[in-house]
Amino acid sequence: MARAAVLGRLIWRVARVAAVRDETPTARTLVLDVDGWPGHLPGQHVDVRLTAADGYSTQRSYSIASAPDGTRLELTVQRLDDGEVSPYLTQVLRPGDPLELRGPIGGWFVWHPEDATPVLLAAGGSGVVPLMAMVRTRVAHASPTPVRLIYSTRTPDTVLYRDELRQAAAGDPQLRVDLVYTRGGPAGWSGPVGRLDASRLATLAWPPGAAPGCFVCGPTGFVEAVANLLVDQGHDPQRIRTERFGPSGG
Amino acid sequence: MGTVSRGFGGRRRRHAPELPPGQYLVEDFPVLSAGPTPRVDLGDWEFTIATETGERHRWDWAAFRALPAESVTVDIHCVTKWSKLGTGWEGVSLDTLMDGVETSAGFALAESYGGYTTNLPLEDLLDGKAWVAFRFDGEDLAPEHGGPARLLVPHLYFWKSAKWVRGIRLLDSDEPGFWESLGYHDYGDPWREQRYWGD
Amino acid sequence: MTDMWTDGNALAGPMQEVLSIDVTAAVGRCVACGRTGPIAETRVYDHAPGLVARCPVCDQVLLRMVRCPRRAWLDLRGLTYLQVAFP
Repeated sequence: MARAAVLGRLIWRVARVAAVRDETPTARTLVLDVDGWPGHLPGQHVDVRLTAADGYSTQRSYSIASAPDGTRLELTVQRLDDGEVSPYLTQVLRPGDPLELRGPIGGWFVWHPEDATPVLLAAGGSGVVPLMAMVRTRVAHASPTPVRLIYSTRTPDTVLYRDELRQAAAGDPQLRVDLVYTRGGPAGWSGPVGRLDASRLATLAWPPGAAPGCFVCGPTGFVEAVANLLVDQGHDPQRIRTERFGPSGG
Repeated sequence: MGTVSRGFGGRRRRHAPELPPGQYLVEDFPVLSAGPTPRVDLGDWEFTIATETGERHRWDWAAFRALPAESVTVDIHCVTKWSKLGTGWEGVSLDTLMDGVETSAGFALAESYGGYTTNLPLEDLLDGKAWVAFRFDGEDLAPEHGGPARLLVPHLYFWKSAKWVRGIRLLDSDEPGFWESLGYHDYGDPWREQRYWGD
Repeated sequence: MTDMWTDGNALAGPMQEVLSIDVTAAVGRCVACGRTGPIAETRVYDHAPGLVARCPVCDQVLLRMVRCPRRAWLDLRGLTYLQVAFP
């Protein structure tokens, strides 16, 4: 069923907001009920369409944050202050409201839970959202796939899913989560602060010999830098998949 | 129309009766592009009018800037529905550039650095309807808005105002440009809402 | 100045609407330079009156798409071929 969900006709559906959950002061998770939802693979996204009363409409794409769960799915939206859509989704939309969306979309940046090859996940900021869907799906499947998540974010205040990631990693020696703080660490932090560089990546990532599947997601600058570092360090470019959150976001 | 999103307004926009059908006013100046921004050195820049007989009239930047230029204030309308009223430009009129060009061609294809093209009847470039503009809002035209120079044809949808223009090819028969070959209207009159083929 | 492009994942929804396939995992060959790779790894200019996907190596236009309420137009001339895999 999961593979069949990748193909087929794409129609707009009206989802209902079941609940909202603030992840950080500027990021909110929308819990949606979508009648007829065909299921999805972790890494896929939805297109969300908003329509104003005068007929003006605009669309944005959001990665699905949740593991497949019947007709329920979650999106985590990062608010951009000068954005057009994210302020609405994170501050105005409330339980009971409709939200028009279509999906699941995407067949490239997806992880198949039955794939047992080691996986490297590299997240820049809100790029962690589709990678979290992969982690959650792995947990839901009790999959033995070895996973390393390197999550680059500015400060402890901007970390999404911190407690959930900590708990998941604590209970599973095959799941490793490393946070890279680029602006400032938590109180008492003695570790490095700054961008993910070659030496830290080499320490935290799988060695090339493990031939991991690599998923890199985040702003264009992060994705380009990390993908290039991985290739420099000997990883097969054909096993690196990227998704950029481009300038069309907001 | 999709399901209305309760409480959603979107970017600041105003509807105004003086706008062409389906348009709204915006406060910023959206940047649209089909490709990377060309970086054109003024020392290399040229503008060429090529007639249907193969004659070429060419200006380098110095020659172009030595031509008489005009300041104009015009309304612009993008096919993606935003409009701006009263925008200020400085440019050389196509009447000036076409002065001395012998042609019996009826059509023109504007060509840009980076490969963009757009077509229009030659008469829509003449009689005070079009310029090669090099300043916007009192400043040199920024690269993202088409600098060093762009075509400015405000009576048609703004995709006809080719950014990074490098010349006009005069043709006996119409030849669809970049967007006109993929669904966008051959002429593009905002007042008749000619956005797509068949409109 | 950063050019306004994103990657080929931005084509997924619009192209699936027209062709009912996922195009991002499809492999295409650039007609100009021969670069061959997944459409997901192309450069997509989506701040435009249509979608334009360009070769990440040589900037050749690989494919274009225009959408209006009741029609869509697709130009695939920039690809020598598009290879689609079935699950």
